[in-house]
Amino acid sequence: MEKRVVFSSPWLPYALIAPQLIITLVFFFWPASQALYQSLLIQDAFASRAQFVWFDNFKDLFNDPRYLASFQVTAVFSVLVAFIGLAVALLLAAFADRVIRGANIYKTLLIWPYAVAAAVAAVLWVFLLNPTLGVLTHLMRALGYNWDYLLNPRQALALIVITAVWKQISYNFLFFLAGLQSIPKSLIEAAAIDGAGPARRFWTIAFPLLSPTTFFLLVVNMVYAFFDTFAIVDAATSGGPVQATAILVFKVYRDGMQALDLSGSAAQSVVLMAIVIALTVIQFRFVEHKVQY
Amino acid sequence: MHSRFPGAARAILAAALLALATQAQAVTEIQWWHSMTGALNDRVDEIANKFNASQKDYKVTPIYKGQYDESMTAAIAAYRAGNPPQILQVFEVGTATMMAAKGAVKPVYQLMAEQHEKFDPKGFLGAVYSYYADTAGNLISMPFNSSTQVLYINDDAFKKAGLDPNNPPKTWPEVEKAAEKLKASGATCGFTTGWQSWVQLESFSAWHNVSFANLQNGFGGLGTKLEFNGPVQVKHIQNLGDWAKKGTFTYKGRKDEPLASFTSGECAMITTSSGSYANIKANAKFAWRVATLPYYADVAGAPQNTIIGGATLWVMNQKNPDMYKGIAKFFTFLSSPEVQEKWHSDTGYVPITLGAYDLAKQKGLYTERPGFDIAIKELTNKPPTVNSKGLRLGNFVQIRNIIDEELEAVWSGQKTGKQALDEAVKRGNEQLERFQKANES
Repeated sequence: MEKRVVFSSPWLPYALIAPQLIITLVFFFWPASQALYQSLLIQDAFASRAQFVWFDNFKDLFNDPRYLASFQVTAVFSVLVAFIGLAVALLLAAFADRVIRGANIYKTLLIWPYAVAAAVAAVLWVFLLNPTLGVLTHLMRALGYNWDYLLNPRQALALIVITAVWKQISYNFLFFLAGLQSIPKSLIEAAAIDGAGPARRFWTIAFPLLSPTTFFLLVVNMVYAFFDTFAIVDAATSGGPVQATAILVFKVYRDGMQALDLSGSAAQSVVLMAIVIALTVIQFRFVEHKVQY
Repeated sequence: MHSRFPGAARAILAAALLALATQAQAVTEIQWWHSMTGALNDRVDEIANKFNASQKDYKVTPIYKGQYDESMTAAIAAYRAGNPPQILQVFEVGTATMMAAKGAVKPVYQLMAEQHEKFDPKGFLGAVYSYYADTAGNLISMPFNSSTQVLYINDDAFKKAGLDPNNPPKTWPEVEKAAEKLKASGATCGFTTGWQSWVQLESFSAWHNVSFANLQNGFGGLGTKLEFNGPVQVKHIQNLGDWAKKGTFTYKGRKDEPLASFTSGECAMITTSSGSYANIKANAKFAWRVATLPYYADVAGAPQNTIIGGATLWVMNQKNPDMYKGIAKFFTFLSSPEVQEKWHSDTGYVPITLGAYDLAKQKGLYTERPGFDIAIKELTNKPPTVNSKGLRLGNFVQIRNIIDEELEAVWSGQKTGKQALDEAVKRGNEQLERFQKANES
């Protein structure tokens, strides 16, 4: 017979999960439903007039070739941010895991960027790479490379990718380091005795054992790249030149918060929500099969 | 009925109660949400303190609520929650949004008439007044910080290039020639511009007396359509695009970022806000001067007058009518020549009234700071026409973004001036249609 733990009162389990449920409903489901409702309206900034227009906002969006183009920018940006962010963090974590002397100092320094606000991070990198004043700009000019992200779309994209990655590396690093440290030493030692070098030990033992961490970070980094990066774009490039860095979430922010087109912005956030839900489902259904817990 | 108090004592008690009551009323607080930072924030506090010290009935409390877009969003949220501030500072591109919000704001001309405050529309600078007036000529919001566009030149770089700084370029072709000479003398950047949409299209159109949008630049109604793709604007944008290719014009960013390339000495000429005067004075380590915004001499009627940018103070509708009296009194105080002259000389914004301009002249402000009055001279060059009194466009924030994007395509050589402006007009009109749909009842 299966053993089951049974609560004495039928209400107790509900009471116990109620706080979590209420928080989820109030802070996630209610705003999401508001966004859904607003995306079907067209209203002025003061909300003194509102008309129900069904899917007109979505029609406007998908009739705009620039909106469709920003899907491509967003895809490139998110893949770059997630991939580079994970790769660099993993490399740093693998190194930090092997450091014996001063390990705490390295670890602490590597965690710092996470404490920097997105807009501040963007300003820091803009200072380094500004076409007029940037220190690195002068260095690159001296080496004969013309850096001007104000007119060069690839450089502009590079700037926001660097900033977004730099800010997220600490977070990824922490999880990778914890993951590496939880791998039993005996496994590594056994492989070493069998004659496997550090690279081989990493790829055949550590990397597969890290896969739950890597999968978790992949999901988190995709969500980060999709939702949390508007402040970086706003402070660094404002979506330019032309539309080279106008990622979806930045347009949501700009149209809603700066330009006060609340219904248009709501429609865009509904689209974004659908994309992220779809992506997460795909990740759990297909990528998760490769994860070894 | 016998009272325990004799008549005289009752009278005293009543008087005391009345005094208490008026004392309580004396602290009617007027909140003023604004977006002024740094030294400007100090000046705003100073103005409020002076007003508070000048009378006992009202207390104006300035509150910094973030940048222009943030404070506007905050005020709209407060309005929707039924608790708006009394005075809100709104940037010029938000004007159409505020005007369309009937029931949320109280027009200034109405306020001043109802409260019997002295108010003389003729006392304002024409170009300042007209930007914020309705088609009947009634002032809707109170001008506060206004600036316009001027040309700044680096005297030292001019001399090095064999140019005479006493004779700065007056027309756009002269700007090009000067930029060529500057480049030839080894400068990395001859000419740049701040706020490209505002300077090179919005005010450019007014300065050359050509239309930016139909229906009197949008003053005539929500059905307005953009038309800044006329031959004069196309020629100018194409010229700038050609100069960008040759390297005589260097693009340095959409908003105020290009200013740093002037103060650092990299660019020897910049067209940007007259409000940058104090910044340049503090940071430029070379001789420089202010010059009049260039124009094309072959365009009939140019130069006309430039248009302003900056912000005005909007009165939000109040449940408590007592507030209006205080706001009206504060506005009278704010527009007095003394307050305006001080604001003008402290900040570099133009004075909003002719009285303040005269006072500044009397005080010798312009002999002390040569070129400080060029902005006012441009604004008052001629009486504003339908093309030069200002712009009244819905979704203006988006329209400026569209213009920025299309102009960047010209500077990087992807589009011609005509292609970019045609596309900007088309995309901008879609925004105007959206705004019309949202605001027509």
